[in-house]
Amino acid sequence: MTEPLVSLDKVEKRFDDFVAVREANLEIGAGEFIAIMGPSGCGKTTTLRMLAGLDAPTSGEIRIAGKLMNEVAAHERDTPMVWQSLALFPFLNARENVEFGLKMRGIDSDEREKRAMNWLDRMEIAEFAERNVETLSGGQRQRVALARALVTEPKLLLLDEPLSALDAHLVIRMQGVLTKLQKELGITFVYVTHSQSEAFAMADRVVIMSKGEIAQVGTPREVYRAPRTRFVAEFVGRNNILPGSVTSSDADQVTVETGLGTFSVPGVATIGTKASIVVAGDMMQVGRGENSVDATVISEEFVGSIVTAFLEAADGTELKVQVQERALADLDLQPGSKVTLHWATQDGHLLLEET
Amino acid sequence: MTLFLRTWLCLVAGFIFLPIFVSMLFSFNEARFPTLPLTGFTTGWYEAIFSDPDFWRSAKNSLIVSTTTAVIATFLGFCTAYTDYRYSFRGKSLFLAIILLPPTIPLIIIALAMLAWFSRVGMSGQVVSIIAAHTVLTAPFAMAIIRLRLSQIDESLEAAAWNLGASEWRAMREVILPFCKPAILSSLFLTAAVSFDEFTVSWFVSGLNKTLPVHVLEIVQGTIDPQVNAIGTLVFGVSITLVVISQALIFFRLQKAST
Repeated sequence: MTEPLVSLDKVEKRFDDFVAVREANLEIGAGEFIAIMGPSGCGKTTTLRMLAGLDAPTSGEIRIAGKLMNEVAAHERDTPMVWQSLALFPFLNARENVEFGLKMRGIDSDEREKRAMNWLDRMEIAEFAERNVETLSGGQRQRVALARALVTEPKLLLLDEPLSALDAHLVIRMQGVLTKLQKELGITFVYVTHSQSEAFAMADRVVIMSKGEIAQVGTPREVYRAPRTRFVAEFVGRNNILPGSVTSSDADQVTVETGLGTFSVPGVATIGTKASIVVAGDMMQVGRGENSVDATVISEEFVGSIVTAFLEAADGTELKVQVQERALADLDLQPGSKVTLHWATQDGHLLLEET
Repeated sequence: MTLFLRTWLCLVAGFIFLPIFVSMLFSFNEARFPTLPLTGFTTGWYEAIFSDPDFWRSAKNSLIVSTTTAVIATFLGFCTAYTDYRYSFRGKSLFLAIILLPPTIPLIIIALAMLAWFSRVGMSGQVVSIIAAHTVLTAPFAMAIIRLRLSQIDESLEAAAWNLGASEWRAMREVILPFCKPAILSSLFLTAAVSFDEFTVSWFVSGLNKTLPVHVLEIVQGTIDPQVNAIGTLVFGVSITLVVISQALIFFRLQKAST
């Protein structure tokens, strides 16, 4: 990465005694699509608000395009935001909403109208330009909000769970609109969400936050396949986590003794370290192999073509297996049936406990 | 049950409006004394008051007092409502309680206290004193109406304006004021109506600068004069118009918000 567009250096935000964001370090490149995700209260929205200048960091430095932003007021920044509630101005029509940012910059009304209409057209809602925003549908309002934020042609767009109020089928469509838009414009999107599917579907890199701290930054694949903390492993989907401690160590492989047996896993660690083996649900297979455990099927969860089966091992550890729905019939994964699961050693991921 | 409620409602409305209606009726009646049967239609009483300079003086005072009061009270009400919406500070509930206090104090007490205070600071008997007193009385209504409106605002709205490049003052002008506009108008009409109608406090503090209700009382005190019916009808007409406009503004806005 060359000169980052946005950089956070040991940024901390406290509200009285509550630490909303702790020691956040992050660099965001120009033209990147970054998703910040985590459960509610993890500090993701506060981080976004600090980028917009709506909250001031208690300590640390925030730079945008190399410039220190700590003392720059919200209205003097060029960091438009798409709000969770959309925050469209109810007393203005769609076009006037889009024109708002231009009006604040003192651009004359002919030019404003031209640029606003251009954006409304681009968002395919030009026909609703003169309509009261309260009479528009959710998807149309979403597009007005996007047009309003983008009309000033910023280098950085902030999005705070903008799709959370939409129906599932609209979410998928708007995801497509957003990724396409971001590619075309080549500007940086910082997208806050609690939804893993939204983040993974759109982002170049994801930032996972927990209790005010950044737990991991990486591409969706990295975060999914190589979680760095137990929190991340639990947060990103269907992972099997087998805690234990390291009993032997080779050049690039260690063995970990867990409650379910002793297994090999690629990685480097000193003997005696507490560590877990993480195996993604889709890497688990039914049958016997390199690393096997016996378990009893508890329940199934059906999500379209993929089925997740939840099982319980002898010591009570919960295990998950993801299989293709069409393969399910051959595997005998009825609740109550006893099966053996296995995974290839190279599909396991070594997770060292944080100290 | 609904039949009972309707009958009850009609009775209550009748009880409140019948005297006003009777007064309207007799304002067009030829006879000097308000007795039945009616003797004949006349607009004479209206002609009488319109040719009375005292009536015009007090009408002018009422107009000045009610419009000025409405503007000041609504401004103060808006400032307090916005303070309540935007900021939290120690002692805020006490602050709000004090702001909302005046309507709970008996009018006669406020009136006496005002009179004592104004004479002390050398402000008694002036139009300004009536305006000051009426502002104290009506500002809480203004605040209540505007506060209700602000409670419906999406909290991101103001921040969204800052985010799009509006300074705090600009956001106030471009977002908060337009959003509150129906409530501000409604408050202007309602406070004007309350001030226009108000008798007790006006009577104590007005001195020679009578407002219309005070003028009415002075006529009634001396004589039985159907002019009072005519003035009463006019005052009622103005007040009810203002109140209806005020209520309509709130009602339609709320209805729109709920759909």
